[in-house]
Formats: sequence, structure tokens, C-alpha cells
Amino acid sequence: MTKIDPSRPQTVLPTPSHTVGPFYGHALPFPGGGDIAPLGHPDAIALQGRVYDGEGAPLPDAFLELWGADPDGELPTTDGSMRRDPASGGFLGRNGVEFTGWGRVQTDADGHWSARTLRPGARGASAPYLSVCVFARGLLVHLFTRIYLPGDDAALAADPLLRRVDPARRDTLIATRDRSGTYRFDIRLQGEGETVFLEFQ
Amino acid sequence: MTLTQADIDREIAAEHAAYEKRLADGGPVEHQPRRDYAPYRSSVLRHPKQPLVAIDVSKDPELVELASPAFGERDVTETDNDLTRQHHGEPIGERITVSGRLLDRDGRPVRGQLVEIWQANAAGRYAHQREQHDAPLDPNFTGVGRTLTDDSGFYHFTTVQPGPYPWRQHLNAWRPAHIHFSLFGTAFTQRLVTQMYFPSDPLFPYDPIIQSVTDDTARQRLVATYDHSLSVPEFSMGYHWDIVLDGPRATWIEEGR
Repeated sequence: MTKIDPSRPQTVLPTPSHTVGPFYGHALPFPGGGDIAPLGHPDAIALQGRVYDGEGAPLPDAFLELWGADPDGELPTTDGSMRRDPASGGFLGRNGVEFTGWGRVQTDADGHWSARTLRPGARGASAPYLSVCVFARGLLVHLFTRIYLPGDDAALAADPLLRRVDPARRDTLIATRDRSGTYRFDIRLQGEGETVFLEFQ
Repeated sequence: MTLTQADIDREIAAEHAAYEKRLADGGPVEHQPRRDYAPYRSSVLRHPKQPLVAIDVSKDPELVELASPAFGERDVTETDNDLTRQHHGEPIGERITVSGRLLDRDGRPVRGQLVEIWQANAAGRYAHQREQHDAPLDPNFTGVGRTLTDDSGFYHFTTVQPGPYPWRQHLNAWRPAHIHFSLFGTAFTQRLVTQMYFPSDPLFPYDPIIQSVTDDTARQRLVATYDHSLSVPEFSMGYHWDIVLDGPRATWIEEGR
């Protein structure tokens, strides 16, 4: 039955997840999905990476959602990530001024994704991080991971999650910075260098 | 050697039997599919083999994942929840109205949150360039919709009944008709993408994607109920489908958004 009666808690059971399949491309991605940082903001950072399968092949049909705090560590409550245009039925895009903290980016034919957002501030006991949710054809339940930024070794060393993960796998959660100042974060779904994925309880 | 439906049927039966044995041995009810469900071949190289690292959200109310991105009136337009009105002409097919409530694990409505859908047209064809099925495209149907839940957590869509379609995983592989749903809760941990099916579809036993939910009761929760009260006179057939988000939320917040 798919009519749930909230007055009977035993009937309130989770709806199972399913794969996004291969044909979400005309539905979920939107223009400016990865342009999360307001234009010209001094705390903007650029991120990029690839998503790989268990044989090291890049995924051309995955997408990521990024969600993070603003530079002060505050979580945005601003809508407008995918503003629609009532005149054309198309997208207006972000307004370039407000920060929603959330974005959605597809991988391209090379499995490559990129985004620009604001450098997140720290919250609670954690080192600053961006939450990442990975979706792909073949993935029956999405996967959560985190992008930590390199630089503040003391904060990373004190982070409650990074302290707990196998030291050999810890670096899969920390982006690297290339010469141009862009952060690189690859996601390996399986096999050597498999990214640490998270389960919230 | 060509992979046949009989091969996949055997694998589906074996996975189902393995789950029944886990249950009989005292294992938990599995509400979610396993990511390593091999009868759906695309999963084989795309699931992690290392165990996931558990995070107890009750230990830290400041976790980024305990909040959710916000969406509002400017993220949807008036016709976004009516997939039959997005072009100059009417799409071909049986018009349907699909409605239900978005709830959390405690049965509380999730209010003002984004619901996105996408689907094939009445002939079983997606308006997507990489689609290989040669059923006709419908110039009056894109098959994409979005809406915000109302103050009671209800969503509402008008669309056409999607057709089943072949998908080439194995010889004569057909997907039962379905609508894809993407959902947000009050916490990012509750994020859900899934598919809604229609009652009594004869393709259910053959489809490794719906069968990836090996628990019979959980699988039924993916199937909408025909609801005559949602049928619109002289216009559409009505289906009711409530959605319950899994995943923890910030329990100390008494009022959902």
C-alpha cells in the first residue's frame, strides 16, 4: 500500500531508493548548477575532479550535489538555486548575488565535473567541509562523502570523522590543490583508492 | 553468450532466497536495495566494496548534512507540475494525476520542499538524446516536472501514463512503466531518488531494478494506488503515492520546515 497513515507508526516505513538511470539529463541538471559562488566573491573556490568505476573508467553519466556552509560556517536558508522563468518555461539561472550553498553538477563524457562555491567555514567540532551526494546509473542508492580542503592541518587532525577513518583511506576525503589554485577531488566508487563513503544514523 | 531473461530470472530468485535466509537467520528487514545487486548489471563496477563509515548524527547537531538546501516559489513555475501543458499542443496518451504526501520517518509532513520528476512518454520514449529505443518522440511532451510540497506535505502532478520500454541489459529486457522522483527532506541525509510504479504491472517479476528491493513489503511501497477520488472527471486517472524519507534528521527541531 502506498497510502501511509501517520497515526499508525508501524506503517511509516521508508520508500526504497532506486537508481537515477541513464535518462535524467534533460530533467535534473540546470544551467549554472555548479556556479554556487556569487559573482566576484572574494571567498570563491573552484573545484574539479573525476568520477571512476571499479575498473578505473570515468563515469560519463553521474552527477554530484554539493552542499555546504558559507565562509562564516552558517548554513544557507536561501532558495533560488534553479530559478525558473515563467515567461519562457526555461531557467533564469542563479541571480549571482545570493548564496544558496547547494549545487548540482553532471560529469561530462570524460567523467569530469567542476564547480565554484564559497570556501566553507567550520561548524561544531568538524574541520570545514562540503557535503557531497553522488548519483549515477548503476548506483541503486546514492552515496554520501565529504570534501575537506587542505591547508589547516590542525583542524583536519582534530576532525571527528577524519580521526576515525582508516589512515590509509583518509586522504580520499581531502581535496588536493593544483598549481592554479583549483581544488581537485576525484571519486572512486570501487577498487584501489576507493573513496570513503558515509552512512548517517 | 547472450544474456537471457531466464538467466536474470534465476539470479533474481537466488537474491530473493538469500534475503529470505538472512531474515530467517535473524537479520534485519532491508528497506533499501543492496548496492551490489548483480542482476542489475550496471551496479557491478559502481558500488563500493569497503564498508560505509557510520556517522551518528545525534552526537553533533552542527553537521552540515543535518540541514537541507532550500527551494522556493522562484524555483518552480506555474506549469512545472503539469506536464501536459508545457508545449503548444496536447501530448498523446492517457492523462493521469499523481498526488501524495512527502513524510519523514516519524510521519511528519515535509513542507515547502522540492519534488522533481521525469519519465518516458506514452510510447515508452524519453526525450533524451542518448535514448536508443526507436519508439516515437512526442513533440508535445518533455516528461519533466517539478513542484513544492504544500503545508501538509502534499505534491500534485498532471502528466500522461508513461509506457514501458526495452533497455538492452539482456535479451528482451523491459522496464515496467515508471516515473522517476527526486526528493529533498529537512536534512540532506534524507535525500532520495526513486521510481514510482503503477499497480499490477505484469513486468514486475522480470525487472531486476524493482526486484533489487528484495523485501516484498518494501517493494510494494514503490507502487502507487489507483485512487478514484484523484481521477478528474472527463480528464484523467488518479494515482496516490505517499513517500517516506529515510535517513536521520535533527530530532531536537520540533517543527519541520
